[in-house]
Amino acid sequence: MLQGSVIVLASLFYLGILFAIAWYADRRADAGRSLIANPVVYALSLGVYCTTWTFYGSVGRAAASGIGFLPIYLGPTLLFALAGFILHKMIRVAKTNRITSIADFVASRYGKSQLLGGLVTVIAVVGVIPYIALQLKAVSNGFTILTNYPEIVMPATAGAVPLLQDSALYVAMILALFTILFGTRHLDATERHEGMVAAIAVESVVKLVAFLAVGIFVVWGMHEGIADIFSRAATVPEVARRLASADSPSAYGSWGTLVFLSMFAALLLPRQFQIAVVENVDPAHLRRAVWMFPLYLFLINLFVLPVALAGMLHFPGGAVDADTFILTLPMARQQEGLALFVYIGGLSAATGMVIVETIALSTMVCNDLVMPLLLRLPMLGLAARADLSGLLLEIRRWAIVIILGLGYVYFRVAGEAYALVSIGLISFAAVAQFAPVVIGGLFWKGGTRDGALAGLAAGFVVWAYTLLLPSFAKSGWLPDGFIAHGLFGVELLRPQHLFGLNGLDEITHCLVWSLLVNLGAYIGVSLQRVPNVREARQASLFVGGAEAAVSSGWRGSAGVTELLPLAGRFLGRDKAEAAFARHARQRGLRSIQELPADARLVSFAETLLAGAIGSASARAMVASVVTEEPLGIDEVMNILDEASQVRAYTKELEQKSLELTRATAELREANARLRELDRMKDDFISTVTHELRTPLTSIRAFSEMLHEDPKIDLAQRSRFLGIIVSETVRLSRLINQILDLAKLESGRAEWTVAAVDVTEVIREAAESLTALFAEKRVMLELDAIEPGLTVLADRDRLMQVMVNLLSNALKFVPADSGRVQVGASATPEELRVSVSDNGPGIHAEDQEVIFDKFRQGAGTTDVLTDKPQGTGLGLPISRQIIEYFNGRLWVESTPGAGARFVFTLPRQAGDNDGLATEDGESHSGRTPAGGAASDSGGKNNGVMGGSQ
Amino acid sequence: MNRSRLVAPRLAFIFLLGCFFFNYPLLSVFNRGGDFFGLPPLYAWLMGSWLALIALMAWVAERSD
Repeated sequence: MLQGSVIVLASLFYLGILFAIAWYADRRADAGRSLIANPVVYALSLGVYCTTWTFYGSVGRAAASGIGFLPIYLGPTLLFALAGFILHKMIRVAKTNRITSIADFVASRYGKSQLLGGLVTVIAVVGVIPYIALQLKAVSNGFTILTNYPEIVMPATAGAVPLLQDSALYVAMILALFTILFGTRHLDATERHEGMVAAIAVESVVKLVAFLAVGIFVVWGMHEGIADIFSRAATVPEVARRLASADSPSAYGSWGTLVFLSMFAALLLPRQFQIAVVENVDPAHLRRAVWMFPLYLFLINLFVLPVALAGMLHFPGGAVDADTFILTLPMARQQEGLALFVYIGGLSAATGMVIVETIALSTMVCNDLVMPLLLRLPMLGLAARADLSGLLLEIRRWAIVIILGLGYVYFRVAGEAYALVSIGLISFAAVAQFAPVVIGGLFWKGGTRDGALAGLAAGFVVWAYTLLLPSFAKSGWLPDGFIAHGLFGVELLRPQHLFGLNGLDEITHCLVWSLLVNLGAYIGVSLQRVPNVREARQASLFVGGAEAAVSSGWRGSAGVTELLPLAGRFLGRDKAEAAFARHARQRGLRSIQELPADARLVSFAETLLAGAIGSASARAMVASVVTEEPLGIDEVMNILDEASQVRAYTKELEQKSLELTRATAELREANARLRELDRMKDDFISTVTHELRTPLTSIRAFSEMLHEDPKIDLAQRSRFLGIIVSETVRLSRLINQILDLAKLESGRAEWTVAAVDVTEVIREAAESLTALFAEKRVMLELDAIEPGLTVLADRDRLMQVMVNLLSNALKFVPADSGRVQVGASATPEELRVSVSDNGPGIHAEDQEVIFDKFRQGAGTTDVLTDKPQGTGLGLPISRQIIEYFNGRLWVESTPGAGARFVFTLPRQAGDNDGLATEDGESHSGRTPAGGAASDSGGKNNGVMGGSQ
Repeated sequence: MNRSRLVAPRLAFIFLLGCFFFNYPLLSVFNRGGDFFGLPPLYAWLMGSWLALIALMAWVAERSD
């Protein structure tokens, strides 16, 4: 039954089914009803981790080292326990930045560096090709073994086959065809392949079921259960050695290394990154995958050791390669159907790995290696070509063919020298070189492009020297002298005992050295300088998470007219237009034409392009049409230091709070002043009413007497009427003065400022009072007045002051012997006028009080009568007037020796009439309100304060 | 994953537990002859603790809502 044709037909039929599934899933995806938007499908597709290396190789490794196969699966289990921290973050970052491969991820993280993307691609391709060769080897071996049924013949002993009869060549060709069909049917901006993922998930199920079927057959069909196998194994010394592990430090060291290594591999192998990060539909699916993927690994390893032991028991002496036990054990029992199923399982494992790996690699080769180079070659004129989407697909198809071709070449030349597991570990060690830049890049903002380049390059070189070159040498590609004696015969440079490091297996040895120099160079070189603007921005996107992704990073602008054709060249016109229309709708616009030419549009176009040609190329392409404004130094600082924004806020807050404090203080002061003014107003009103009531009372009393007693004699009557008249005069004078004072204080008084002849004013005032002086027989001396004194003032107001001072003096001097002297003199700066009397004088404590409103000198009120003479407003009014003109009014007195009232007025630069008039005009021109009001306000303060 | 802030730290704790379970020196305790229900002790320990950790991860991850 198991002829070659049957096997080939079965294989093609199986692949056809897979393709149908993929096609159906793609159609469902286009219809918007995704088949793979399901956490179980996601977890199963992660099973692509298990390749033929697991399917055939685990048993081989178990036969060689007991449980030594397990660390490769314990590592990923541990990794998924950390998924919440690492994988979740990677998925979010990749989604917001449209990252399509691990090369893109690294390039994007360190400032969208094309050089870095290229380096990662080279490492990935070189590192993974042996792994692809391994798949070809496994499938072709399986085919060879199966076609020799019922004999069990090992491929190695089957003899070398000519190229055209080599099944591995045809396997490689069919796989290339399939990968091209799966992966490059069309260009997708997100670089997601729903159909492929669906097919991979199905393949995961097939290989698991196939392995479990063999396991169940071997354990319960050929033996009495697992315990039976172990007890039998214990009786054969050669097999019993596999039941326990070597108990030495280096064995535990290797074990730990493999756990560690496989942890990175499950994250950083291009196909793992593709499935776990790029093809992830929803980060929430991780929740299921966290335990389902480890469970998958557990199940596929459940029967590995029993099968290996059974194989060793069944085929003693090592005639049959342990890598083939799961195929040869059913064959030995004539289970043709099961053997074919196992072969199909192996095919599943191989195709799954090859398809995803080559698609991931071809994307990287195209986006991060070929396109950047082609776009830089001006002679190709690519930058000017209208539609590049066809070219992109073409490049990817060729990349797939070339990668598989290289895999075949490696298989053909080196394949037989190594067991499956050893080849796989070489690839694991290669991708482990990505760990520092990827994981460091996710959690450390200080990494720079130079650091990443240095770390990757150093790690890659050490990996190649300690692991890859020795593998070539063992295959006969290179003379193997340098392994035993070191490069140039230098013992210290022996690749597998570098610098004399002994006691480690080759993988651990390679990892110790390569990761040491990798990490050292990455951190050391990164610390040489502060990350530049672009690196810092990408760092905050990656380390800070998706929240920061709103900031675009583009400061320039370009319109739809430039960006749409650009995107169309890589995606195809229709796709680009559809994407732009979607973007317009998202922004609430009706059509593409309404999209404003802003940084947001540029960012959108860049992410769109990044999906098709990688972030580094996308940036370069977009930059070619965007006229970017230079970054201001402030912005550079902002980007460089994430804390600066917080600092700016704090500073602003501090400033605000300072302003508030100041405003509060001002308000409090204003409030205090208002309350003081309010209180003063109350005082004033109560004083005024009191003052008004006094004359009113006496007017009323005399009027009532006249009214009630008609028999009052004439003399009495006229005396009473005289009092009433004089009280009325006093009252009206009082009211006039209050009004006057109110006017002065509120600043509403009218001033007519002009040059005033002071001598004349004094004489006029004296003349108006001559009668009163004569009546009291008081002598008024005006001898000490210098003639022709002028000053800038209001004539009438000055007159009022003089009258006030003279009548005040007259009031207090004794009758008959009273004497009032007026003096006036001037210096160039000021005019000085004094009115002296020989009255009783004023006590020192009263000398300021008398200028308060309604206050009269205590010692002077009762000189003649009990009644206070005057209104008590004359002096305050006079002082207001004098101070309005920036002069001063005060009193000098010693009690018993009379008093002298003095005022001074400043004289403006000489007493030239013309100038004076001009000054006067300007004086009256400025609103007197301000000066008067504030003066009086200030004065009132002190005055009223003193009166309390 | 992001419904509960505690899921990720709890899983990280399982990670540390796993690192301890699957490495020296705990392995050397089980790396000896004899058998455990017919299985070599080291094999039984690794498979058993592995399954237990997976169960624990499933419990932590799935009960978060």
